[in-house]
Amino acid sequence: MSDETEKLKEAAEEAKKNLGSPLITDQKTSSSLWFDQRELNVRYMISVERIKKFYDGLLEGKVFATRCTKCGVVYFPPQSYCSSCRSDSMEWLELAGTGELITYTVINVKPQSFSHYPDYAVGIAKMPQGVNVLAWIDSDIKSLKVGMKVKLEVKKREPENYLTYWIKPE
Amino acid sequence: MRKVGIIGASYTKFGERFDASMQELAWEAFKDAINEANIEPAQIEYSVVSNMGGWSSESLPAVIVSEALGINPRGSVRVEAACASGSSAVKLAHDVVASGQAEVVLAIGVEKMRESPSRTVVEYIGRAGNFMWEFENFGLTFPGYYALYATAYMSKFGAKEEDLCEVAVKNHYYASFNEKAQYRNKISVEKCMYSPYVAWPLKLYDCSPITDGASAVILASEDFIKSHGQEAVWISGTGYATGTANLSKRDDFTGLDAARKAAQQAYVKASIDPERPASQLDLAEVHDCFTIAEIMAYEDLGFAKKGEGIKLIKEKQTYKGGVIPVNLDGGLKAKGHPIGATGESMIAELYHQLLGKVKGERQAEIRNGKALAHNVGGTGHYAYVTILSLDKGERS
Repeated sequence: MSDETEKLKEAAEEAKKNLGSPLITDQKTSSSLWFDQRELNVRYMISVERIKKFYDGLLEGKVFATRCTKCGVVYFPPQSYCSSCRSDSMEWLELAGTGELITYTVINVKPQSFSHYPDYAVGIAKMPQGVNVLAWIDSDIKSLKVGMKVKLEVKKREPENYLTYWIKPE
Repeated sequence: MRKVGIIGASYTKFGERFDASMQELAWEAFKDAINEANIEPAQIEYSVVSNMGGWSSESLPAVIVSEALGINPRGSVRVEAACASGSSAVKLAHDVVASGQAEVVLAIGVEKMRESPSRTVVEYIGRAGNFMWEFENFGLTFPGYYALYATAYMSKFGAKEEDLCEVAVKNHYYASFNEKAQYRNKISVEKCMYSPYVAWPLKLYDCSPITDGASAVILASEDFIKSHGQEAVWISGTGYATGTANLSKRDDFTGLDAARKAAQQAYVKASIDPERPASQLDLAEVHDCFTIAEIMAYEDLGFAKKGEGIKLIKEKQTYKGGVIPVNLDGGLKAKGHPIGATGESMIAELYHQLLGKVKGERQAEIRNGKALAHNVGGTGHYAYVTILSLDKGERS
């Protein structure tokens, strides 16, 4: 729960004592608000069975895309089927080599679930296999330039402690 | 297909509407629209409710709205096309009437974003793209997605942050005359430039706010309008397209492909010359969720050549008196952006503009009797372009 919500919760607890109901007051408009007494925490379980090799690749330090063995279309994020020619015959292709940073930003105002990080740079790299990869950029923010040469690097994301991929200037 | 006209439209005061529930906001917009249309609620045969939700408590906004407006047991459906939900609702409402299934249909958008704390809203909108590959691991935000476009645009065409701020200055200027706008303060380029970064190179004043609001548009068939004797504004063309969920799957970050495709379709349907649309339109509402989005819209709609959108704003060509006035209501930037209600509010604004009902500093000069609404969902994930006309045109 954020500090903001924690404060509102305290105010609602106080109101329940004094007013009998969890009513809080918006400071700017003096409007009465009911502070929801039911909390919903959501965490999804997302199916990755058909692209599990991608995660095996990360363990070997590789970032994999998929390629259709029939028509040759390359997919990143990896796709288990070819929506171009309707084939299910896919092979794995490592996104190795030098790519180009085509754009980037720095996230200053973060989502709640990323609020424990300092400002982070996110970029899109065009890889030689013909697909783009969006990821955090592992570099001094001030040194970034559109068009610079980059590669992909796999390492653990802290503090969550799981493997993911970064864009890294060469 | 039958011709379809708008006979009433309205939007509520936009802003932090802690004073009103979702039901009360919907009622506020509906009451004005139905009074203007001069019909009874029982004459509405179907409704389309646009709402994005997540941040608000109600899971079934269409039934909440139907009950609140007293229009049960007419059928309804909730639609979502992210920030373009409102235009998608108007399109569906149009199609129900055009196909002869109903004479009068309501499109109504409502959004209560401030039922959640701002960080939660930032999180929800950040998830509006591809959750697994762009949000889960990399924490993109909505300003972040558009910032990727801003960086690419600035790098390719030599635009500066100051140039983007010119859009905010214009839209705050017109919002200052709009009593329904969330922000009615005029700002300067300096004020914009000194505002904190939200997602570099975009700053606070480059961004539309978190907004509560509702907006209603009532559509009717040509036969109904004729017998009812109501003045109407006609829908002369709607274009629509989608873009990839993953931004990484796109080739170009200097414009929105979906918006270009939607515009081309709409121009063909409304018999507007795609080479010089600005000369045939009296004004436009464009989707300025961020300043860069308005610049790209000028180019995607063909108001400016590629790379010359910045020139258009610097020369004040999108103010009244210029090549084409844009966002005379203050735009998403300053009027506010209640996601699911934004599209209907653009169309409500143009309806009143074309009928000359806006009055004062914000009223555009109506010469051609045609106006355009460009409503983008997500970061070019959805695009709707709707062209309105005082002229009914030939039966198509």
